[in-house]
Amino acid sequence: MSGIIGKKVGMTSIFDAEGKNIPCTVIEAGPCVVTQLRTVERDGYTAIQLAFDEKKEKNTTAALKGHFAKAKTTPMRKLVEFKTFEDEKNLGDTVTVDIFAEGDFVDVVGTSKGKGFQGVVKRHGFSGVGGQTHGQHNRMRAPGSLGASSWPSKVFKGMRMAGRTGGDRVKVQNLQVLKVYPEQNLLVISGSVPGAKGSYVIVDK
Amino acid sequence: MDLVKFVEDQAVVRNEIPSFKSGDTVAVHYKIREGNKERVQLYQGVVIQRNGVGANETFTVRKMSNGVGVERIFPINSPNIEKVEVVNFGKVRRAKLFYLRELTGKAARIKSKRV
Repeated sequence: MSGIIGKKVGMTSIFDAEGKNIPCTVIEAGPCVVTQLRTVERDGYTAIQLAFDEKKEKNTTAALKGHFAKAKTTPMRKLVEFKTFEDEKNLGDTVTVDIFAEGDFVDVVGTSKGKGFQGVVKRHGFSGVGGQTHGQHNRMRAPGSLGASSWPSKVFKGMRMAGRTGGDRVKVQNLQVLKVYPEQNLLVISGSVPGAKGSYVIVDK
Repeated sequence: MDLVKFVEDQAVVRNEIPSFKSGDTVAVHYKIREGNKERVQLYQGVVIQRNGVGANETFTVRKMSNGVGVERIFPINSPNIEKVEVVNFGKVRRAKLFYLRELTGKAARIKSKRV
């Protein structure tokens, strides 16, 4: 297992060897810098912390400036810990898209697009109550019954209802790497990836 | 968007096809793989729209097959397109010819342009 932090650039489609048109997502990934090594002695677990996406020194707090100075790198926007990493890494090492090859299968983690307050049909895939005709109205997107009556005399915790939708951490598994462009730090991955354009994604191998 | 364009330029091989617009009649030589054998199928009809830009552009070809209207969408840069021939240049007044779907027989004809 090893991974990299990236930014979603956008979607397009390319043709495979059989001439099939494959939808794909372009991700600008890395170069990431190793900014901290977690060890069992000090932290109780092992992990490495990667940093991605440069930012200005004036927009960095003094505490973070010191943190980045330890790794001898410029300040970065996004910091992510990776629990397992194939190669030994030292402080200040860089991780690039070279760790991926065409044909690899990867998992991609991102934050899904926020949808605001949504009903149960969009949020949980309910199909509404009743039909469209025979005089029925205003039941099309209703949640229906929330439970039984005198027992349990309450609505169970976790009952699926309307509410804030999207903006969650979502992982999509088993996406194939179609192309790698190391000079441009680009990954082309088949299928769609959670999040808006420009949002951060974590690509795990 | 520049990086998406970069990927399209790198990964998609552009086909060399003649320029045609909606209203033109084209014959598409399309490669079909059956098991290990590969053969070329000819599909001829009227272009009723060109959709999209750049590497992902497509065109729709409509023809009448045994009295049934058939529409087929081809990606312009599909590696399965061997050749596109322009059979006839049509004279039409709009870019999308969806009105042809409601017309049959003589009414569905398109005047050809004098070249």
